[in-house]
Amino acid sequence: MPLLEAAGISKVFGKLTALDGAALSVGEREFHGLIGPNGSGKSTLMKCLAGALVPTRGKVTFINTDVTSLTPPERARAGMSLKFQITAVLPTLTLYDNILLALQARSSLLDLAFSRSRGRLHEEVMTLLLQFRLADRAFDAAATLSHGQQQWLEIAMALACRPRLLLLDEPTGGMSLEERRVTGELLQPIKQHCSLVIVEHDLDFIRDICDRLTVLDQGKVLASGTVAEIQANRSVQEIYLRRA
Amino acid sequence: MSSTGTGTQPPPHVIEAARSPVMASAIAGRTKVLPILELALLIAASIAPLVLRDYITVYATRVLILCLFALSFDLVWGYAGILSLGQSLFFGTAGYGVALLSRDFGVASIFAVLPAGTLIGFVAALLLAGFLLLGRHPSSVVFVSLGTMTGAYAADRLARGSHYLGGQNGIPSIPPMTIGSHELSEGPGFYYLVLAILVLIYLLSRFLLRSQFGLALAGLRENEQRIAFFGYNVQHLKAIIFAISGAIAGASGSLYAFHEGFVWTNMLGVVMSTQVVLYVLFGSGTLIGAVIGTAIVEGLSFWLSDNYRDIWPIILGVLLLLVILFRPLGLISLVLGERERVGHFGPSLKEKRNAAP
Repeated sequence: MPLLEAAGISKVFGKLTALDGAALSVGEREFHGLIGPNGSGKSTLMKCLAGALVPTRGKVTFINTDVTSLTPPERARAGMSLKFQITAVLPTLTLYDNILLALQARSSLLDLAFSRSRGRLHEEVMTLLLQFRLADRAFDAAATLSHGQQQWLEIAMALACRPRLLLLDEPTGGMSLEERRVTGELLQPIKQHCSLVIVEHDLDFIRDICDRLTVLDQGKVLASGTVAEIQANRSVQEIYLRRA
Repeated sequence: MSSTGTGTQPPPHVIEAARSPVMASAIAGRTKVLPILELALLIAASIAPLVLRDYITVYATRVLILCLFALSFDLVWGYAGILSLGQSLFFGTAGYGVALLSRDFGVASIFAVLPAGTLIGFVAALLLAGFLLLGRHPSSVVFVSLGTMTGAYAADRLARGSHYLGGQNGIPSIPPMTIGSHELSEGPGFYYLVLAILVLIYLLSRFLLRSQFGLALAGLRENEQRIAFFGYNVQHLKAIIFAISGAIAGASGSLYAFHEGFVWTNMLGVVMSTQVVLYVLFGSGTLIGAVIGTAIVEGLSFWLSDNYRDIWPIILGVLLLLVILFRPLGLISLVLGERERVGHFGPSLKEKRNAAP
């Protein structure tokens, strides 16, 4: 049984059909890339998985539970975590507090009011900051980080929720080549405890880190398989050649 | 969650610096203006009745009660980002509530009326929050601000039309509040009582806002949608801070009723709600800013109305506009850096030592 199973997902906005029966299946500790031309419905599918959008038709199953109509907080508590396409770190808070905010989300409100978990979470905050090479900036405001560093901070925040499945929407958008390489390195260790669905334009990046790929075109699944299978697929080559 | 990527570690000295609590707090620690400001104001407020003339002490008591009211608005707007334009609803409802308690049931003991007023404010805010904030989807700022304002307006109209509540005239001649057999009338005694309550509520609010709950509120203010994806129940968080704020407004309203000796419809209405917005303009997002703002606005009104009888509202209005134009974060930002205003929520040095393996 896969960790995440989305079947027959359709999403209609007025007259626009963004998704038309798309499907996706992600196993435990699998890195799954979601690729396709602009407007093919990648981000819409991600939002349907994370609960930011409710699909018009279709069903999303996560750890054997139907989560199609659950709200984002409910999905987060079930073990799903999303990194937004646009960076959404909290700019006036320090990096430390950004991570703590994500880590403490599961504490009860009473525990929060008496700050019962912050001593206990200190090590975890620092470990995450170290892991993402941000520890020396721990007490600076998040707004002072470079764009690439803000993306890392946000991945760290998404991981702080201890997800079983992490959804990353264009994590390397606007990054330099070197920053992309480092992002790939930073993501590798996650595999020990977490699956990943990643939307990305940079095909080299996605080929390096993903186990399987799903290709979307005009809201439908064009192909799905291992990286080698997708690379050999005629119709996938065609849509990329057509647009190139 | 240990890091295993070998090539991804920062240099060892950085790791050392970050792991050591002393260094970490040295990085975080800067000159603290806030505690000095708070202490100076507390001392000034404590000696004020000794040097001021009696009628000014009475006026200052009213200002302290309004400071409490301003704190309640600052909690929801300055900290949680909920624009409540109906804060007077809780202030006024509690005022009317305790006035009725004393008129119809002869209850005036502080140990009964103050908790009663606080409870009335709390319940009223919780009910309103149920309508405005607890929907399945997050409600917009415009919806909440118009909803709360409508609530205040409706309460004002209802009170005006109600014979039981005294209509336009409100409820006059409320007997003085009592502590045991002692009657509290306006003057230094009442002043120190209000100051003690203000300090207590200020400290409780400060404790709450500097806690991890305060961090969740900061997240709520900065990016409500983002923290929902962390798993926070945003609606509950909003309802709780809204109700706490309503309780404080209620406490303030009941003190106001007994201090003035009467309640009238303006206490419920939109004028009172907008007045509290003006107080907090001078320093929203800091508790001390709300207190200073109230003192400045009320002090200026008092002085200007004495010296520039005809044009004082215009002068006050222009001053407020200047603040909005040149100091959007309030006058408090003249002395307080951004970092200290927002604060940080990591563990204190003591907690870190306890947590260290």
